[in-house]
Amino acid sequence: MDWILITELAINGVFVGLMYALVALGIVLIYKTSGLANLAQGALAMMGGYLTWAVASYVGASMWIAIPVAIVLMFLVGAAIEKLALRKMIGQPVIMVIMLTLGLEIMLRGLLPGIFGSAVKRLDIGIPNAPIFFGEFLINRAILIGGTISLVMIVLSLIFFNSRLGVMMRAVSDDQTASWSVGIKVERAIAIAWGLSSAMATVAGVLWGATQGIDWSLSLLLIKALAIAILGGLDSIPGVLIAGVIVGVAESLASGVLDPLVGGGTRDVVASVIILLTLLVKPHGLFGREHIERV
Amino acid sequence: MLYRRAGIRHTRYQDERQLWPLPFDRYLVTAIAVILVAAPFVVSPLYLSSYLLPWIIWSTAALGLNFLMGTAGQIHLGYGAVMAIGAYTSVHLVLSGIPFEIAMVAGGLMSSVIGIAFGAAALRVKGLYLAMATLAMQYIVDFVIMHFPAISGGSLASIAVPRVSFLGIPVVGDIRTYFVALFVCVIVTLFMLNVKRSSFGRALAAVREKDYAAEVIGVSTFKYKLLAFWTSSFIGGVVGAVLAVCYLRSVSPDQFHLELSIQLVAMVIVGGLGSVLGSFFGAALILFAPIILNNAIGTFATNFGIDISSDLRAHVPLMLYGALIIGFLIWEPLGLAKIYNNFRNYLLVWPFRHAQR
Repeated sequence: MDWILITELAINGVFVGLMYALVALGIVLIYKTSGLANLAQGALAMMGGYLTWAVASYVGASMWIAIPVAIVLMFLVGAAIEKLALRKMIGQPVIMVIMLTLGLEIMLRGLLPGIFGSAVKRLDIGIPNAPIFFGEFLINRAILIGGTISLVMIVLSLIFFNSRLGVMMRAVSDDQTASWSVGIKVERAIAIAWGLSSAMATVAGVLWGATQGIDWSLSLLLIKALAIAILGGLDSIPGVLIAGVIVGVAESLASGVLDPLVGGGTRDVVASVIILLTLLVKPHGLFGREHIERV
Repeated sequence: MLYRRAGIRHTRYQDERQLWPLPFDRYLVTAIAVILVAAPFVVSPLYLSSYLLPWIIWSTAALGLNFLMGTAGQIHLGYGAVMAIGAYTSVHLVLSGIPFEIAMVAGGLMSSVIGIAFGAAALRVKGLYLAMATLAMQYIVDFVIMHFPAISGGSLASIAVPRVSFLGIPVVGDIRTYFVALFVCVIVTLFMLNVKRSSFGRALAAVREKDYAAEVIGVSTFKYKLLAFWTSSFIGGVVGAVLAVCYLRSVSPDQFHLELSIQLVAMVIVGGLGSVLGSFFGAALILFAPIILNNAIGTFATNFGIDISSDLRAHVPLMLYGALIIGFLIWEPLGLAKIYNNFRNYLLVWPFRHAQR
């Protein structure tokens, strides 16, 4: 075994995993406040990437303007999705709401490449291509920066949940009726959660767009984000961080070690295997609260 | 009007329990049966093989998925993978010289064994987690099929299906393949129509409505959920075999990707959860609406001289599936079947609307 190669894969995996974790963070945020899994998170990340590219190329704005504009737009989009679609589904079975977010995912996956063209868009946020060397290890600069930004975002959202608004959201996630009775605006808290997770999806979309270009395949981040969210426990932000690193490293090692044996493609199946194993062994994830109903 | 209930008196219990108690419904079913049987001799072969045949096959698949999602209330996002297992198993068995009838059933059994393995993992938890587990199943089955040359013959290869015969009749030509698909479809439809009236169907309904309550009255939730998975996967496998032999004629891994699963889920939701008729409606709408819309956009673009990019037109189906799922879930969660039912209820007592129940 080539230990240098494996260590290098693992280090790159950590940062890639952190970038996946940013997408998973949005899923966790929505689950924490409204108890729903958002299957459209991958498509929202894709939409954020497309919007950033559109603002930058159609208006001609620089990246430092385009990214905040896209984040604000996506916040509004997220809040609008909650208000126009999700709120009408209150009281319906969970299966219906999951299907609704899946429908959203499918529609966005058709709508955005349909409007902006399906060719891969280059998103240049000014990260040079040259890799960084740490001694003998080679690390992709875009992934390093992306992972660091993701880490900062995740820590920020941890801090956010201790702010006034964050405490409000935690109350909503504990018990909607009870928080209603003490004067918390439950609808607004859920709408803000959707807005925030769409904004985070935008950041993830921009970071991933900078590494692999923007096209529909960004929405495939969904399955990895789901794996992270489930492994970490659907309502735990520290769980996202740790599960993100685990999934990233596992994927990176699998593609480095197993690919030569089975002829490629293991990268995409690692997330699915992790989902299944988690559900088999510890369905509420590493850090999730044990309140899953078992029948 | 038309659907008259007045003057129909049932003097025996079995009269009232029959599938279609109203004569008009019976006439309608007979008429549709006659049309479906006569269709291949009337309709041009092009329409038969590119519209009617896929509609029959996709409707059967939607029925199988509807059994799980509507009748048993479990979600399944990997039905395409279930069909892939059935298709590959039966094709390999046919290639090794086993008759198609047996290969079809064996494909179904293989699907149900693998489907139940994934289901058992997920059925300890429910709702959301079941959705994730079945989604994972889709990706894992895709991967296994694609990366094991013994199954798929390589990641880019496709396996041609040899000539087969079904119940002694060689399956060649459009008309015969159509009748094979119709035969399977009729059997699955009859099963779906009757299962709700059996103890199995009632147990599933109990599990669907509230699993605690079902457990309390002595219906083993886990057993019936597994049985629902088993049955639905079996139907999926058989339909996969029919799809491979009658429609695709050569199987390759990319025909059974997530897109197929999404298409089927959309059919079930748009058609109506738990409705047999709805599965047919849903399959028709999801299969043909993108084609019609695409043609409409094409004519619109040429008539008004507006240049519509091919990218946009290529993505019309996806947009439409998504929009249909969202729209039906928000405005008519029980789908096209409910719309038909409203219409039927309206006509049932027309013109005495106040008599409507």
